[in-house]
Amino acid sequence: MKAYNIIVLAKQVPDTRNVGKDAMKADGTINRAVLPAIFNPEDLNALEQALRIKDKFPGSTVKILTMGPGRAADIIREGLFRGADGGILLTDRAFAGSDTLATSYALGQALKKMGNIDIIIAGRQAIDGDTAQVGPQVAEKLGMLQITYVEEVIELKDKKITVKRRLENGVETVRCPLPLVMTVNGTAPDCRARNAKRLMQYKHAKTVTELQKENEDYTHMYNDRPDLNIPEWTVNDIETDPSQLGLTGSPTKVKTVENVVLHAKDSKVISALDEEIETMMIELIESHTIG
Amino acid sequence: MNSVFVYCEIEDGHVAEVSQELLTKGRSLADELNCKLEAIAIGHQLDEIGKQIIPYGVDTLYIADDKRLSPYQTLPHTSIVVNLFKEEQPQIALMGASSVGRDLGPRVSSALHSGLTADCTSLVIGDHFDKKQDKNYENLLYQIRPAFGGNIIATIINPDCRPQMATVREGVMKKEIRDPKYKGKEVKLDMAKYVSDTDFVVEIIERHVEKSKLNIKGAPIVVAGGYGMGSKENFNLLYELADVLGGEVGASRAAVDAGYTAHERQIGQTGVTVRPKLYIACGISGQIQHRAGMEESAQIIAINTDPEAPINAIADYVINGDVAEVIPKMIKYYKKNTK
Repeated sequence: MKAYNIIVLAKQVPDTRNVGKDAMKADGTINRAVLPAIFNPEDLNALEQALRIKDKFPGSTVKILTMGPGRAADIIREGLFRGADGGILLTDRAFAGSDTLATSYALGQALKKMGNIDIIIAGRQAIDGDTAQVGPQVAEKLGMLQITYVEEVIELKDKKITVKRRLENGVETVRCPLPLVMTVNGTAPDCRARNAKRLMQYKHAKTVTELQKENEDYTHMYNDRPDLNIPEWTVNDIETDPSQLGLTGSPTKVKTVENVVLHAKDSKVISALDEEIETMMIELIESHTIG
Repeated sequence: MNSVFVYCEIEDGHVAEVSQELLTKGRSLADELNCKLEAIAIGHQLDEIGKQIIPYGVDTLYIADDKRLSPYQTLPHTSIVVNLFKEEQPQIALMGASSVGRDLGPRVSSALHSGLTADCTSLVIGDHFDKKQDKNYENLLYQIRPAFGGNIIATIINPDCRPQMATVREGVMKKEIRDPKYKGKEVKLDMAKYVSDTDFVVEIIERHVEKSKLNIKGAPIVVAGGYGMGSKENFNLLYELADVLGGEVGASRAAVDAGYTAHERQIGQTGVTVRPKLYIACGISGQIQHRAGMEESAQIIAINTDPEAPINAIADYVINGDVAEVIPKMIKYYKKNTK
């Protein structure tokens, strides 16, 4: 039986889903610093699909590639706790300000260096941007086929994969040759929980930068256990054309960012008292808004 | 002057709603820029498709007609669009932010190294002065969208790369025929020039597409619930009220993410845009992404226990109270006063 080399693309994102009052500054803008940094939800669905393939085809490997600041090493650790074999943190100031295209270029160059890939799996989109562009753009950069909105892998056989896609108005089952890039929908199965044994095994997994801050007593451990070293790649570790990186390599520019200011309407404010609600309903009926 | 270009999505011989809306927007942008509006239809049995597309004011419609081009597949549709864009050099290209457009758009933008902005809520022509380069850009496409949890509105531009690409959700723009007798030409593309046999590597084994039975977009009254509804069970109250008033039930993203109701009911930037006669927002705080999908409602009622909720600012009626208490009373007094 064949084994597969799988790479999961994952992103650390601020949790924008439930921005509470404590995250609002006095001027009405968001205080990003207080939002927790999380594993992008649909990337967890992607990780689960990868782990399922590994379960079914022993000898397969699942590695995570993430791009971000140093703290994004959390994403690799989280992957290790849940069953991934390892991962790479792509981190450099040179990537700052990247739009989706410059991000895809950098990821693409890192993936080329990783090499020998059968399947790349990513979440459909990240919750901080909701663009759903990086998956398809990475596929194009690598000249690979892309299959978006995957909900289930039905069969993997003879270098061909059959998957079910969830479209906005239906479902589609397609068969395609490897290698390819798949993006996975939030409607796919949730990711398995952390494994307690793996948590103990990998809680000390660190990048070189993190190790420099580590208590010296521990350093011997990283020589004995190479699997605890999370590789950190900078722009010098991959082949790049500087004109395609970061802000320079991003065709889209942010011209302006406006904080949303609400212009209050002249609202009628009422309570839940019976007579107030009845008056409102009568007004709505008389104005033919309802009825 | 280079054209404004719209990719038309086709399902069962019909041009998708979102494409008709984009043709309308594309026409008005082309008028402002004093350039042509061009469009492309890719699919099978498209002899009559021009009748649906040209009346929106399309000057040139390119048609790629082949049995293998329907239903949509990524690689062949990308090849045709990319090769045609290389020839025609449009300045602006618009696509629906649909399953198809969100698969095709990024692929095309990567192949052409042109910028793409997803889910725009507004598209405007404007100038830009770049201080660093001391350079003025005229007539750029401002691609406007809420970003980052909805508390900011970003205006994105592509100063140097063409085409300037944007996707827009269905319902955000309004559709309007320019002239039923509009004179545009049709150009049949020679397939062999645009797409190669190796692009057809995906086998579509099964396809099940159904028109959604839901019609939130067309409903005169929308009763929408948010995270503040607290549970899936509490959503039943909304169905009751919608049923009595003759409306549909919608939801905020937070409610959909919490599993209170299905994604197809989501209203807002990444869901449906509605403009009903009456919008009743129940337990919805009203972040900008949600408001983007409902703020043009004729009348808005906000029911919320939080007197500071942003939704209150755009509401005609603000009811400070618990949804579970207020909704049964609304039903009761509606029935009492309409008998």
